[in-house]
Order: sequence, then C-alpha cells, then structure tokens
Amino acid sequence: MSHPNLASIFNKDEKRVDWHDKALWFVRHKRDRSVHNVKGWESLRELGHGIKAHTLSNIDNYLIQFEVNALNNGVQVHWAANAEEHNQIVHKILKKNNAKKVVKSKSMLTEECHLNPYLEADGIEVIDTDLGERIVQLAKEPPSHVVLPAIHKDRHQVDELFQEHLGTEPCDGDPQYLTAEARKHLREKFIQADVAITGVNFAVAETGGFVVCTNEGNADMGAHLAPVHIACMGVEKIIPKQEHLGVFLRLLARSATGQPITTYSSHFKKPRKGAKMHIVIVDNGRSEQLSRPDFRASLHCIRCGACMNTCPIYRRSGGHSYDYTIPGPIGSILSPGKDLKKYSTLPFASTLCGSCSDVCPVKIDIHSQLYKWRQIITKNTPQPFIKKKSMKVMGQIFAKPSQFEKIGKVARWSLRNLPKSFINSKPNAWGKARDLPKGPKQSFDDWHKQREDNKLKNK
Amino acid sequence: MKVGLFIPCYINQLYPQVGIATIELLEKLNVEVVYPSQQTCCGQPMANSGYEYESVGAYNNFVNNFKDFDYIVTPSGSCAYHVKKHYDIIPQTEEVVAVRKNVYELCDFILNVLKRKDLGAAFPYKVGVHKSCHGLRGLRLGSCSEVVEEKYSYIEELLNEVKGTEIMPLKRADECCGFGGTFAVTEEAVSVKMGKDKIKDHLESGVEVITATDTSCLMHLEGLVNRNNQPLKVLHIAEILNSNISSKN
Repeated sequence: MSHPNLASIFNKDEKRVDWHDKALWFVRHKRDRSVHNVKGWESLRELGHGIKAHTLSNIDNYLIQFEVNALNNGVQVHWAANAEEHNQIVHKILKKNNAKKVVKSKSMLTEECHLNPYLEADGIEVIDTDLGERIVQLAKEPPSHVVLPAIHKDRHQVDELFQEHLGTEPCDGDPQYLTAEARKHLREKFIQADVAITGVNFAVAETGGFVVCTNEGNADMGAHLAPVHIACMGVEKIIPKQEHLGVFLRLLARSATGQPITTYSSHFKKPRKGAKMHIVIVDNGRSEQLSRPDFRASLHCIRCGACMNTCPIYRRSGGHSYDYTIPGPIGSILSPGKDLKKYSTLPFASTLCGSCSDVCPVKIDIHSQLYKWRQIITKNTPQPFIKKKSMKVMGQIFAKPSQFEKIGKVARWSLRNLPKSFINSKPNAWGKARDLPKGPKQSFDDWHKQREDNKLKNK
Repeated sequence: MKVGLFIPCYINQLYPQVGIATIELLEKLNVEVVYPSQQTCCGQPMANSGYEYESVGAYNNFVNNFKDFDYIVTPSGSCAYHVKKHYDIIPQTEEVVAVRKNVYELCDFILNVLKRKDLGAAFPYKVGVHKSCHGLRGLRLGSCSEVVEEKYSYIEELLNEVKGTEIMPLKRADECCGFGGTFAVTEEAVSVKMGKDKIKDHLESGVEVITATDTSCLMHLEGLVNRNNQPLKVLHIAEILNSNISSKN
C-alpha cells in the first residue's frame, strides 16, 4: 500500500496519533537540549559530514585496509554482494558450528536482509535481545523506528504480548515489572546461545576493530557469552581512524536520544581465547547508491533516527506507513534506490520543510534529495493520468500570462458562485476537512490595472 | 533603486488584499515599486510535485519579467526560495543568475536592504507567528530550534515594533503547518492533522491572529479555522505591517 493510504489508516485513531507524535517530539526536544549544550556542535556536524564524504570517496581502500587489519587480529572476514549472500554466509557459519540457538542485538542490516526468517526456515531459533526489538519480534512486526523499534506500541500492548508469549501476569502495563520479566526471559536466551550476532555502528579501517552502541548492554551480553560472534555491517559503516570515533560517538547518542553517549559503546577487536569472531561486509545496493551523485550522501547516515523524531509527517503517520526497513525521511531517500516503483510515494511523504536536513548529525541534504527523487519518479514510474495532465496544463498556463488571467477569472468566479457542497465534494481532497478560500471579485492584477488607469486619468 | 514586485499566483487570484498591502507598505517606505503585468507564477507547484520540466516555461517567464530590476520583492518566502534554489535547471545566463540573486522575501528586504524596522504600524492584537518552513530553513529568515545558533527572527523583529501587538509564545515555535503544496491533497490525512495541531498550539497560547511570511500556509490554516468555526483570524505579515489600528473595537 502507498504511504498516503497507510498514513490515513494510522490517522483514523487520532488519540494514538497524538500519543505517537508527543512521544517522538519529546525525544526530539531532549536532543535539542542536549546539543545546545555542546560548544561547536555545528562544527562537529560539519566534521562528521566531511569524514563521511572523504571515506565514501575512498571506500574501496578503507575496506581493504580494514579487512587486512581484521584478519591480522584473528577475525574471519566475509564479503556479501547482496542480502541473499549475507544470509547464506551467516547460515553457513551457524551450520559449521552446529548452532541452533542465536541471540541477536539490534542490527538494521539484518532486518534489511530478512535474516531471521531465512534462519528460522532451517529450524534455527533467533532471538532479538534489544527490548524494543524483542517486543516487535513477539508481535511479528518489523521495527517502526531505527532506534526505538517498538515506539508504536504502548505499555498495555506490551503487557498483553508478554502475557501471551512469556506467560507474565497481567500488570496494567507496569513498565518495571515488564522490563524485569523481559530481563529474566532474555538472560535464559543469552546463556543458551550458540552464536551471537551483532550489528556494527563503526568499523575502524586503521585497527580492524569495530564499535557497537547499545543502551541495554545486550550486544556485550551476547558476544561475551556465546563461543561465536558474527558482526554484520554495511560497507558504509567504515571510518578511517580510531580518533574519528571522537566525532561520531558524540554526534550519535545526542542526536538519537539526547544522551551524551550511549550507555555501552563496545569496542571489539579480536576473538577471546577459544572463541571465534566473524565480520560480514555487505553491499546490497550501497555501491549502486554511491554511483548516484545526487544521492550518495544518503550513505553518510549513522542511523541515529533524529530525522524521524523531527519529521512532522513521520510522527503523525508511524514508521510502518513507510513499509521499508528504514522509515522516515532517510528511508525515503534510500528506498527509491532499491525499488523506484514500490517506494514511489515515499519522497512525496514530505512537505519539504527541511527540518530533517537541519537535525541530521552528518548533514545529509535529505529534503533536497527528496525533491530530486520526485523528479526521477515522475519520469520513470507510471503516474496517474490526471496528475500528469494537470501538471502539463498548469505549466502551460503559467508560461502564458494571458491564459493565466483568463483561467484565474473562471476559478475565482467558481469559488464565489458554486455551492460549497459542490466545491468541497469528493474529488476535491482539500475540501474534506478544509474550506477553500472565497474567490474575490477582483484579482490583484485587476486591482493594479484599475489603479494605474486611475493614475493616468488624474494626471 | 529599481524594485520589481512579484505577487505569487494564488495571492494574485485568491488573496489580492495581501498584494495590495505589500505594494502600499513598500510605497509608504518610499520605494518606487514596479509591478510587471506579464508575471504569473514562480513554477513551484509543478516542480515540487516532481514535474520540474513542466515549469521551465514559468521560470523563463519569471526571468523575462524581472531581469531588469535591482531587487525583486515578494510577499512569499517560499516563492523567493524556489527561485533561488531551483532555477538551476535553465541555462545560467547572466540574467538568470542576477534574478536568482536579487529576489527577496518582503521582511528580509525591509530589514536588511531598506534597513528599516519601525514602520509606524499599529495592530492591537495577540499575534501568533507561524514560521513558514521555506522562509525559515530555506532562506534562513530566522533561527530554527534544531540548529545551534544565535536566536533571531526577521518577522518578529518587525512585529516587535508594531504598536499594540503582543507576540504570543508557542510550544512548537517552528513546526511545519502541513500545507506543502500538492502534499496538502495527496497526503490529506497527515496534512490536516498537522494543521489542526498547529492551530491548537496557537489557540492554547491565546492567539487572536496568526501571521506568516507565506499566504499558502495561511490558506491551509484558514481553511481549517473556517471549517471548524474557530476564533482565529489569519493575516499575512504585510497586512499587519500596513495596518494602523489604534484600538480594538
């Protein structure tokens, strides 16, 4: 379904929209308070942008450097051209280690590749260990936000889910009880796990190490207990130097939640004695996006989710209305590169207000890219006949002043004289909840002409 | 100083009073304003809908009408922004480059070119300022809450000098109203919800009149206010700056 359809369904429950909007606005506001306390915040963003732009321009070299260093550290490195290869590689590692139980900390990449159903089809249990992710996993839903995967659910819904799946007592949505129960449940899973899968926030070329940021410590819990750790990363997660973490770690958590830093910024470098560590480096359409000059900066994204929190449309339509792994403004510029037709309404799910670009910690020109995708979509995907035709006619009217005047007169007359019930009837979506302006007798043109004529007469 | 006045298409046809207030205000400030009569539209409606190539005729017409002026002034941040940002798809002749450089939103022009602040206006009402996004984040007519910078606002600087006007604080001072051109129709549900939330913020702050640098946002908000019979009026900033109302009746 298209974004407008899904968004209007979401908007049928206005109270829920209000609650969703307020919850995310609260996070955006926390972000504001936090970044306004950092001297040189704007320079930090500029620096983040610069490092990412440089890295993307030299990404082949940095990835190779990373591989060499990781191999030297005793890590096994795998390359996957697409989602399928990624899933096969992970599956193979699991097979080789006779793994039946997997714990996974939050990784949008594995969501993108649909790793869970792939492994589950072979009878492997995959447990998402981030609390929000576990909630949506139990609900059999995808995450609706990159940092707050279950933000679309309230505590009462979580209460019901846990009763059904974890056998908890009804608790009227008591968050303390629910998190304590989740903790108990997840501890069991951590202890039993054969393999831990994590994402990667930053991979450092000069050391071959990588950093995983969580607030719950679940990545560490998984990786430190299981004998095998598999870290999956998109190629764009690479940064050249360790010192660049000083820029990105400061930008990430503040932009995401307003925290000065994530509770856990875990640095992994080599497998501990007797354990194994794998890194899977995934392209899956990223190098293609890199080849599009207008859109390559979308690969700067560090997945903080700030553009979602600030977006007035996201807040009022929910993450699932985007129907793509990464929702919100950033998802709307990444997804058309994957499937132009399927995601053709996403770049239009914006007023081009520009707040996403201003809030982005790595200064991606998100709203400009939305505008550019629009131009490509209308040329390359089937458009409603009426939209195409009306745009052509409007273009012609505005190119010829005489026609503009005539049409304007008719429009004003109609607004003035046709009954409201006709004007606001069905084909006019504007009129469903809004009145149209009353058509004035005189346009500005008419008024101005009259004034000039009078001036001449009085001379 | 040769100043050309650009009146956006929908103001021309639907809100002529905004154009009239603009020209009267500029004349009060001793600006000799010329209104080129062959102007139509900046081309934004087609371009933002993804039909940039259909707006080339409008772009050329705009440039032809305004190429001979030192300044082009318009009561719309959004149109000025469109000319500046998106007239890059036609050949960048000297004329096109000059037009893009010289186009100004009205408040910006008064404050930063004319260097005038107190315009002698009086408007004894509680006013809520809607900071239209293209003016705010496109032309940077004010600071916005996302960016770490010195606080400023051109429209509020001018309004502060208006006798009797009280600027009311809002909870979300610079959130979009949800108009967004064809977005208002294609994403009707979200657009309406955004507008309703915006109006609620103004009402809860005790605002009597909502003003903005863009009539397009105001048309959207007015449509909701009228449909729901809410006690609010909308006026373009030019109408307030051109007012001389000494006391409320």
